Amino acid sequence: MSEITPDLVRHLAGLSRILVTDQEVEQFAEQLSLIADSVATVSAAIEGGHVPATSHPIPMANVFREDIVEPSLTQEQALSGAPDSGDGRFRVAAILDEE
Amino acid sequence: MSDLIRKNASELVELLNNGNVSSVEVTQAHLDRSAAVDGAVHSYLYQNPETALATAANIDRRRAAGEKLHLLAGLPIAVKDNLTTTDAPTTSGSKILEGWVPPYDATVVSKLREAGMPILGKTNLDEFAMGSSTEFSAYGASHNPWDLDRIPGGSGGGSSSVVASFQAPLAIGSDTGGSIRFPASVTGTVGIKPTYGAVSRYGLIALASSLDQIGPVSRNVLDSALLQDVIAGHDPHDSTSLPESLGSMAEAARKLDVKGMRVGVIKELMGEGFQPGVMARFNESLNLLQQAGAEIVEVSCPNFEYAIAAYYLILPAEASSNLAKFDSVRFGLRVAPEGNPTIERVMAATREAGFGPEVKRRIILGTYALSSGSYEKYYGAALKVRTLIQRDFDAAFAKADVLVSPTAPTTAFKLGEKLDDPLAMYLNDIATIPANLAGIPGMSIPNGLAEEDGLPVGIQILAPAREDARLYQVGGALEKMHEEIWGKRMIDFAPELEVRG
Amino acid sequence: MAKDELMNYEKALEQFEVVIGLEVHIELNTKTKMFCGCRNEFGDEPNTNVCPICIALPGALPAVNRKAVESSIAIGLALGCDIAPNGRFARKNYFYPDLAKNFQTSQYDEPIAFNGSLEVEIPSGAVHVIDIERAHMEEDAGKLTHIGGSTGRIQGAEYSLVDYNRAGVPLVEIVTRPVFGAGSEAPELAAAYVRSIREIVKGLGVSDAKMERGNVRCDANVSLRPHGQEKLGTRTETKNVNSLRSIERAVRYEIQRQAAILAKGGSIIQETRHWHEDKGATSSGRPKSDADDYRYFPEPDLVPVQPSKELIESIRATLPEKPADRRKRLQNDWGFAELEFRDVVNADLLDVIEETVAAGAKPQSARKWWSGELARAANNEDKDVADLAITPIQVAELASLVEAGKLNDRLAREVLTYVLAGEGNPAEIVSARGLEVVSDDGALIAAIDAALAKQPDVLDAIREGRMQAAGAVIGAVMQAMKGSADAGRVRELLIEKANA
Ligand SMILES: [Mg+2]
Ligand SMILES: [Zn+2]
Repeated sequence: MSEITPDLVRHLAGLSRILVTDQEVEQFAEQLSLIADSVATVSAAIEGGHVPATSHPIPMANVFREDIVEPSLTQEQALSGAPDSGDGRFRVAAILDEE
Repeated sequence: MSDLIRKNASELVELLNNGNVSSVEVTQAHLDRSAAVDGAVHSYLYQNPETALATAANIDRRRAAGEKLHLLAGLPIAVKDNLTTTDAPTTSGSKILEGWVPPYDATVVSKLREAGMPILGKTNLDEFAMGSSTEFSAYGASHNPWDLDRIPGGSGGGSSSVVASFQAPLAIGSDTGGSIRFPASVTGTVGIKPTYGAVSRYGLIALASSLDQIGPVSRNVLDSALLQDVIAGHDPHDSTSLPESLGSMAEAARKLDVKGMRVGVIKELMGEGFQPGVMARFNESLNLLQQAGAEIVEVSCPNFEYAIAAYYLILPAEASSNLAKFDSVRFGLRVAPEGNPTIERVMAATREAGFGPEVKRRIILGTYALSSGSYEKYYGAALKVRTLIQRDFDAAFAKADVLVSPTAPTTAFKLGEKLDDPLAMYLNDIATIPANLAGIPGMSIPNGLAEEDGLPVGIQILAPAREDARLYQVGGALEKMHEEIWGKRMIDFAPELEVRG
Repeated sequence: MAKDELMNYEKALEQFEVVIGLEVHIELNTKTKMFCGCRNEFGDEPNTNVCPICIALPGALPAVNRKAVESSIAIGLALGCDIAPNGRFARKNYFYPDLAKNFQTSQYDEPIAFNGSLEVEIPSGAVHVIDIERAHMEEDAGKLTHIGGSTGRIQGAEYSLVDYNRAGVPLVEIVTRPVFGAGSEAPELAAAYVRSIREIVKGLGVSDAKMERGNVRCDANVSLRPHGQEKLGTRTETKNVNSLRSIERAVRYEIQRQAAILAKGGSIIQETRHWHEDKGATSSGRPKSDADDYRYFPEPDLVPVQPSKELIESIRATLPEKPADRRKRLQNDWGFAELEFRDVVNADLLDVIEETVAAGAKPQSARKWWSGELARAANNEDKDVADLAITPIQVAELASLVEAGKLNDRLAREVLTYVLAGEGNPAEIVSARGLEVVSDDGALIAAIDAALAKQPDVLDAIREGRMQAAGAVIGAVMQAMKGSADAGRVRELLIEKANA
């Protein structure tokens, strides 16, 4: 019952920006199928009857910050962990492939 | 071994406050211990003796000058390496953050600094706290001081082993599904996951935001109480942190009284799959509680059956999103891909190289659980199971003031034993996960040794949300009864570690 | 950029019905960002208004700006929306380097406001009711600069630089339901709708509402379907349209482009397109590979927003009047003719004229200055009239100087150029430069006499009732006094002389 096929693993890895080797794809497909099968029981738990979702364990609401300026980092601090920077900015590789 | 390092934190607090010992002495004693044993235990990912000693010396100076200091001033502590610190690299056990020194302190770290507690170092963990053994740390596993071939639990195996091996009197842990309590159980130490929101998560490198909670690790209930009193409290930087104070945990820990309390035993968290020694010690403790005047009642939580499944959907889903920021742009590792480097390829290559297999597995699973076709079946359903589990707890707490169960089904397993079987690894958390799903507080305290392997087992105490004090009251009382029977603390049964000359 | 085939506009409308949908992003003018205390400030040094939260350092957590929530509620109410009793933030997950967390904290199935409508009048005078599906809160992204390559565009760039100062700036996204029935006026309706939204948020004071600064951004969805067909056609979403004029042009362009494709039996690709102001054309945007699956889920680091009835009503009580009501009132108060008023609206002059009138000017003279000299000046400088270096108060002062006869038209125009050049207020300039009209009778009489000496017949002509003859003398006096003579007074003195 392997719902998670190697192709699906490739797609999901792409969505989550993780390069995967063919070997990893096979391995993950197998492991994740097992996990997916075992976690699919959650659907059984809620069959019949309306159950509301809980996304936050302790119900709270309306937590706000006042619109007051707090100190920012300096540019130097902001860039301190960056693998590459220039001109006060974070530097990244080209976004598009060369045509 | 110096006497100082074997003392409970509460005793050291007294010595420090009375001026019988200096913070520098206490700090140095623990640093010496690390130099001797941490090669074998590997609790720490990073230590900087100078900064710890500088803080200690500063506290000693201020105390000598007659300044009014925090009760715990001068008491050293170890911090799990998923909390940001401006004076030490923060890696969360991952290669992707190797060497990263954050430009800000976690709120909990700020509170420790304000209290004047020297930070001894940053403790090991499974990468991004994903695991139950520390074997998924990118920097090598930590070892259980009771048996170096065994796991110290996880993800906070660094924090459990650091106090179990007397390298620190206290440590900070984080608990998403049992990462404080399971390690406590297998190392004969005390660990608490406070009510969700009782301690600010600001600066905690998120695993699963709706499950994560920071808590104390120690060798003694009162010690953890003293620490929770330092780190708890509302933080405007964490919108999910509770607005109200939960009162003094130290006061609760000193009550040592369970008379008239109703203690609920969760039917579903015993029996099959639980090691005989674990169950034997558990039943003995029930008797002790009863003898001390508590009323034992049985409660049923039928939906716990689905807890692991719900947990392993909610956690990876939130984690897949929380870990998206590790993209090689603003901090951390950057790896050049083969061929033409577009940003997309750089990100993918970096995440491939920087994340370990368990992290990748969970990110992919979480991405799957949230994707449009499967949201309702997986993530949506898991959130509903969460409601059912809360209802189970509500019903159980209608009958009982606290609930108890073994913390984990087994004692510490061997390093490597479950490494290739993620599902088996996940089962360790069967008793601890429900508390995270419901946001309620949970504590694990030492509960004796299993006769079959001579290793520590733990008992878990659970209380309704915001009733953390009940954990300390019951835990403190049970600990006292245990120590009276054993004639010493449980940690004193631990074998001497071979000390490096 | 490949050149698109376009169908003649009228022909396109004969064959197809146009359906538009508009998503407008409003940047709120709060002091701080949506989820952190960094300054919400335009144009500072890069990465100086950033903190662990808005550059998504590990461990950082968001905290919601109360003012931004209140501003969002105000916008919702002004659009006639219901305010959600339980609104929630959600994460919209996709990777892009300007998005620090690689998810945008937005709202998904529980937006703060929903089910509104807005009456929009287009230049022809027709009024359309636009249904608002929702208005939700979210955060802006950082700013990318593309380096290398010839154009500074993303295509062909060697690398890019990221500035996160704008990351986390609060936005309200307003989404319409599909809009039918505008026919050939769909482009005008799109622009008029955005103009109305701008007026509303400006009136509320919640946004600076400057399109050229990106305070108001519009994504225009356009689809066509053959007349009579029920099923909606495939739509495109055109981004990067940052002026009212470009909205109009972009919608018109898409109608013509899609019509040409459909007429040939082709099909429209559902995609994002970019508007190029210089070329007057749209081009296909980067197809986002992740766009089909944002994996929305409730933001676990934030708790729900549950505005109380009291809060909602207290915000409702502070709402300014609706733009349509305001227009009616102003047209009435000012007494402008239908066409005059529509021109004023279309040129975006309501605010400045209102302020000028409030400062004491007569409505017609306020209109004259703003739609004449000042509109020309703005056009020359390529900016909004509101951004000219002159205030409504200064315009009113100028008008009152003219009114009082201290300046004539020519002098007033001259004074205006000095105000725009930053020399100060009109009255100051008049006295500093000695520009006041001369109505001192002695000086005028001397000049008149000098002129009459050269044209002795003029007085006779006036006596005979040929007033045109006076013009020659007035012109000569004007010339002699370098334009500063009070022409009216000269005329009066001449008549006095003739009748003496
Ligand atoms: Mg949006
Ligand atoms: Zn910020």
